[in-house]
Amino acid sequence: MTKITMTVNGKTRSGDAEGRTLLVQFLRDTLGLTGTHVGCDTSQCGACVVHVNGKAVKSCTMLAAEADGADVSTIEGQAAPDGTLNAIQQAFQDHHGLQCGFCTPGMVMSAAALLKDNPKPTETEIRHYLEGNICRCTGYHNIVKAIMAASGQDVGAIAAE
Amino acid sequence: MYNFEFVKPATVDEAIAALREEDAQALGGGQTLLPTMKQRLAMPSKLVSLGGIADLVGVSSDGATLTLGGATPHAVVASNAGAYPALAALAGGIGDPAVRNRGTVGGSLANNDPAACYPSAALASGATIVTNAREIAADDYFQGLFSTALDEGEIITAVRFPIPQRANYQKFEQPASRFALVGVFVAQYADGVRVAVTGAGNDGVFRWSEAEAALSGSFTPDAVDGLSLSGDDMIGDLHGTGAYRAHLVKVMTKRAVAACN
Repeated sequence: MTKITMTVNGKTRSGDAEGRTLLVQFLRDTLGLTGTHVGCDTSQCGACVVHVNGKAVKSCTMLAAEADGADVSTIEGQAAPDGTLNAIQQAFQDHHGLQCGFCTPGMVMSAAALLKDNPKPTETEIRHYLEGNICRCTGYHNIVKAIMAASGQDVGAIAAE
Repeated sequence: MYNFEFVKPATVDEAIAALREEDAQALGGGQTLLPTMKQRLAMPSKLVSLGGIADLVGVSSDGATLTLGGATPHAVVASNAGAYPALAALAGGIGDPAVRNRGTVGGSLANNDPAACYPSAALASGATIVTNAREIAADDYFQGLFSTALDEGEIITAVRFPIPQRANYQKFEQPASRFALVGVFVAQYADGVRVAVTGAGNDGVFRWSEAEAALSGSFTPDAVDGLSLSGDDMIGDLHGTGAYRAHLVKVMTKRAVAACN
């Protein structure tokens, strides 16, 4: 075991990790931040997406030790301290961007990464960016709508295909 | 996965020293190695992360050659390799955004997955793979499925790509994995055209020399019409037969040439 330290949602957090401890295990089991989900554990589904030094990564396919000293953002850091949802989270609620909600933490974190680089993405760009996030309720349509809305764009033009 | 010792050196020399230990393994972005270790198909005693070596990350160009640091993530190549647009586009089409933020060019080339994208770019560009010990021409580097000229404990520090006059990469994507079912990289240089194929060959990435000759004569999609490849030399699996892949190689080659023109 080695002690590792990282900034998580603005707070310094430390804990012990083995070499093989995955970042998602460290976040969930060591730090108790269970908002980040493990879906496939094979870097396909994206339920575990968090930001490391501002970049979206699949935390099931990154070692915790690799994030030693890094700045990590998770779904728990998205809402305001008083619980007020951020624009993306609110848009997911307004546009029914989730059914069971299992994929939602990863969807929101991927959406946040997209909008940081591309504040007004097209529908095509959103769908392309979410290729690494799988929703088994097949809720993609409303997820895309939510991200369009969160970026301040009209969602009326998006029709079901 | 089995446990291991994790080290993250700050210099290439320290990494090489750490890799001398038996069963030590270099770790790039881990987007292939970590899933492999989870399946217990690999069990290194020590992982030597290359992610802490600042010298290994970067994109630079002198106009004639584009150089990538060995540990440069795909996303960085996609947004910074504007001097070689086809290469930037290839990097931007690997996996998904989160995978591109971690996976590295050196990791992809060292692994030499027969369906990976980067080997086709390196081979079609006549790239030079630079390691801590030597420089290896792409034509000598790829040696079959998951097999390269790298020695034990040798790491890729940079890759130099001669910038072509025109180039394009066409990937027929396996939609679940987003690896290439077939990918064809076509690059036109002053002294001729090079065509490299990934995802298809039984022995991994290969140059399609007949297409190179035809396209060096006439750089048009129609130039390869009379050519064909044998399905017997192609990978056949549940995603496509060898004959299907052989057909796709030609289709993707024509599309790549069309996109150049």
